[in-house]
Amino acid sequence: MSPTVPLKDYWKEQKIFLSRLIVASFMILILTSVLVWRLFQLQVVEHDFFSELSQGNQLRIEPLAPTRGLIYDRNGVVLAENLPAWELTVIPEQVLDLEAQLQDLGAIGLIPLEYEGLTELVRSHRGFERVKLANLSDVQAARFAVRRHQFPGVDIQEGLIRNYPFGELTSHAVGYVASISRSDLDRINRSEYAATSLIGKSGIERSYEVTLHGSVGYRQQVVNAQGRILMDPVLAANSRVNLEASQVSLETRWPLPGENVFLGLDIELQIAAHKALEGKRGAVVAIEPDSGDILALVSMPTFDPNQFAGGLSQTDFQILNDDPDKPLFHRALAGHYPPGSTIKPFLGLAALHHRVLDPDHREMCPGYFLLPGHSHRYRDWKPEGHGPMDLHQSIVQSCDTYFYQLAVNLGIDNMSPFLEGFGFGERTGIDILNENAGVIPSREWKRTQFAGSENQTWYPGETVITGIGQGFTLVTPLQLAHATAVLATGGQRFKPRLVIGTEDPLSGTVSKSQPVLLDVMSNIEESHWIRIVNAMVGVNEERQGSGRNAMRGAEYTVAGKTGTAQVFSLAADEEYIEEEVDEYLRDHGLFIAYAPVDHPVIALAVVVENGGGGGVSAAPIAREILDAYFIEDIHVSEQH
Amino acid sequence: MSLSSIELATGGSSVLRPMQRGVVIDIPILITTVAIAILGCVILYSAVGESSSAVFRQALRFGVAFTVFIIVSQISPRLMRVWTPWVFCITLGLLIMVLVNGVVGGGAQRWLDVGIIRFQPSEIMKICVPMMVAWFMHDRPLPPTFSQLVVLLLIFCFPAFLIALQPDLGTALLVMLSGGFTVLLAGLSLRLIGILGALTLGSIPVLWHYMLDYQRARVMTFLSPESDPLGAGYNIIQSKIALGSGGLFGKGWLNGTQAHLEFLPERSTDFIFAVIGEEFGLLGLLLLLVLYLFLVGRGLYIAAQAQSTFRRLLAGGLSLTFFVYVFVNSGMVTGLLPVVGVPLPLVSAGGTSMVTLMAGVGVLAAIHGKRKLLAS
Repeated sequence: MSPTVPLKDYWKEQKIFLSRLIVASFMILILTSVLVWRLFQLQVVEHDFFSELSQGNQLRIEPLAPTRGLIYDRNGVVLAENLPAWELTVIPEQVLDLEAQLQDLGAIGLIPLEYEGLTELVRSHRGFERVKLANLSDVQAARFAVRRHQFPGVDIQEGLIRNYPFGELTSHAVGYVASISRSDLDRINRSEYAATSLIGKSGIERSYEVTLHGSVGYRQQVVNAQGRILMDPVLAANSRVNLEASQVSLETRWPLPGENVFLGLDIELQIAAHKALEGKRGAVVAIEPDSGDILALVSMPTFDPNQFAGGLSQTDFQILNDDPDKPLFHRALAGHYPPGSTIKPFLGLAALHHRVLDPDHREMCPGYFLLPGHSHRYRDWKPEGHGPMDLHQSIVQSCDTYFYQLAVNLGIDNMSPFLEGFGFGERTGIDILNENAGVIPSREWKRTQFAGSENQTWYPGETVITGIGQGFTLVTPLQLAHATAVLATGGQRFKPRLVIGTEDPLSGTVSKSQPVLLDVMSNIEESHWIRIVNAMVGVNEERQGSGRNAMRGAEYTVAGKTGTAQVFSLAADEEYIEEEVDEYLRDHGLFIAYAPVDHPVIALAVVVENGGGGGVSAAPIAREILDAYFIEDIHVSEQH
Repeated sequence: MSLSSIELATGGSSVLRPMQRGVVIDIPILITTVAIAILGCVILYSAVGESSSAVFRQALRFGVAFTVFIIVSQISPRLMRVWTPWVFCITLGLLIMVLVNGVVGGGAQRWLDVGIIRFQPSEIMKICVPMMVAWFMHDRPLPPTFSQLVVLLLIFCFPAFLIALQPDLGTALLVMLSGGFTVLLAGLSLRLIGILGALTLGSIPVLWHYMLDYQRARVMTFLSPESDPLGAGYNIIQSKIALGSGGLFGKGWLNGTQAHLEFLPERSTDFIFAVIGEEFGLLGLLLLLVLYLFLVGRGLYIAAQAQSTFRRLLAGGLSLTFFVYVFVNSGMVTGLLPVVGVPLPLVSAGGTSMVTLMAGVGVLAAIHGKRKLLAS
């Protein structure tokens, strides 16, 4: 036998095992004693209390709904509030004939006459759970009050309903709440919502749901078979059972109200932007450059969020959803548009940074551009040409020919990363959902997006049209405003945000959140920024400037850029194909701007779908908004 | 010459016999299990609302489980030991199959569909783990060395991990415990247990510190479900009312209001303990506990009498696991322990758990039967 194999000492092992067995038996004894003691406690000591609970009387756990947090604009104007409302409720087990009762309630106009859905709703709850049937107006509540004795088990209760004082004006920023759906149930903690019937569906209401909702409370009550409260720590006067004698106390935990939320939104500016865009399809995003705060966020057409909170019927929802103008679609965040000429200041800066051209050298613009060795003419929007052009004039007059050449000099490999540095081609990270990323094409992007080597190759002609913001490039209005804000700060990128702070409603403590600085472009020379800014000022002030008509006589200095985006050749824009083909194929008008030039306080992007040229469709809207911001001096008027 | 062949030679037989001579049945075990199962069927009849078909199905399951018990109790423990690694590996394979293409039931993926029957491989693991631990230590001197402990830890942690993925935390915990108890019996030094315990306790505040608020809330709800009466706590409150209102003597068979008015959820499976308490009172529960303790005691006695490391460890480990079953279920129903899905042995409605429990009891009987044969 090998000496390395240890020998088993059977005698010693048996001893070890037996000692462990004794330890284990002791453990079993102790645990069993604990269990028996517990059973004795429940079944003998507390027996009276529990049999009281089970003898027809039941312990009811009444969930208490937390009050939803309010939403304010930056000056404390209320954008979302809770209004008292009457709720018609029923406790299923106290109703003798549910069908008959619902029919009678329908007959006096308190619930819809087709109440099948309600029957199902009531039956899906446990017998002792209170089920909400409808919201009642004051008149309806009064009508019920005089007939209450005819409806045992049915009652009116005071509740709160969400209200948006500005209605459709804020729907795309604040969002809305609506009844909790099946899919919502999967993502929430159901017991937290035991007393809540509404949940945030979009916008701030959705993304700050946890903050706004608060925390559910409950109270234990002892009720008899008729649902009458016999014992309630809150309503101690009704107590028939002696709490002390039973040795068990009924618990109450009050709900914790949700926190109030402050937005960076300026409601006066929001109103102005809404008014300026009314009747059109498009979007406006205004940002405070040195914080990233969203000052205005408009997507047109829009919808009334109060409809959802009050209970939107399936037909009404279908009407909204099937509207060809897509009011529910968030154009400002999710709308994909070719940037057109609004991309030129950024590419001009890229050309200066990479030193691929002499900005003061004048190049003749004949009204078209040819790639060396190719015969295809890349046309300028001005068929007769702009004449001799330098970088400054080509931005002021928006000369395409100059930028075709500039794009070729830069090359796609320089363009894509530079534009990405301004936040194009990725989500900005704004604090509400459903943002789209846009597209900044590159060789790599084409390789991964398409199949077949022919489609995966990057062609020189694609570089050319990328130079004027056409081709594959797609941006969202939010990205445009964000990038314009970066121009305004000379390279500081702040993450766009709607929420600037929260308030604890109990203590009144306000906690402000700091702006999030994403990036500082310190490697770009100061003189390059200045050159681009001067050209953008020229857009609005110089004789040939494409924004001059719209900005003539402005009492503040504006740096801007117009853009006109062709839509008809784009496969990516699938939103509008069927109806009114002619109108839906017109160009999109775009305008980006910031003001005042020396210490910018607002940067904005305006997109007007199928509005035609940016100078005539989008720039006047920007003017209206900026006038409202600076001249009507809404900051002073709001101090009330 | 290897150690096992020494033992083979001393065993007086050169051939491995799959079955022992004649049919050997341990009478005390037989009587106790049948008594518990009958009590189970009686209470189930009340818990399911006086439906005799559910009781019939349960009796049928017990019949199958009883057959398994008889068969297993005839297998020679030595053969069992030779088969152990294979059975363990096959069950491990089945566990992986469950994760890959198991049948989803009740939110978790724990069933395997084999033609006519569906079963949970995780249940079989509860027997396999003590077997594997006993097998591993059989040839090695006790107590286990540190490196052996690491291997043992792997033997019961890996299957537990697979089960936790299903996710079935309750069963994973039981598998861990069954392995842990067997290692404990193998002579794990009490000082080491103390150190491990202290380390675990010490890490709790650290973990707590790094947890997010919502994670803390979840842990709190898990540990004390009564703090969440609208969610997980609902079952506990209802089962406490059922137990408490039962009192010393109970409300009588078929007279339990909590169960019959459907306030008590899962009353035919995990919470059937509360139905017994409501209808038969504290005395009924004590009778049931005595039956369980007798069975566990019998198992420990068999372990103490057994004559090889494998048999001792296996019998001891299985007996302790059985007790843990009883304690975790009743602790959960009385609100002493967190709510984990552990059935009440031989009483809760459910097939696989019944069969594996009876197979485990069969192993005990087989070990005892073998001892007698050697002695004669």
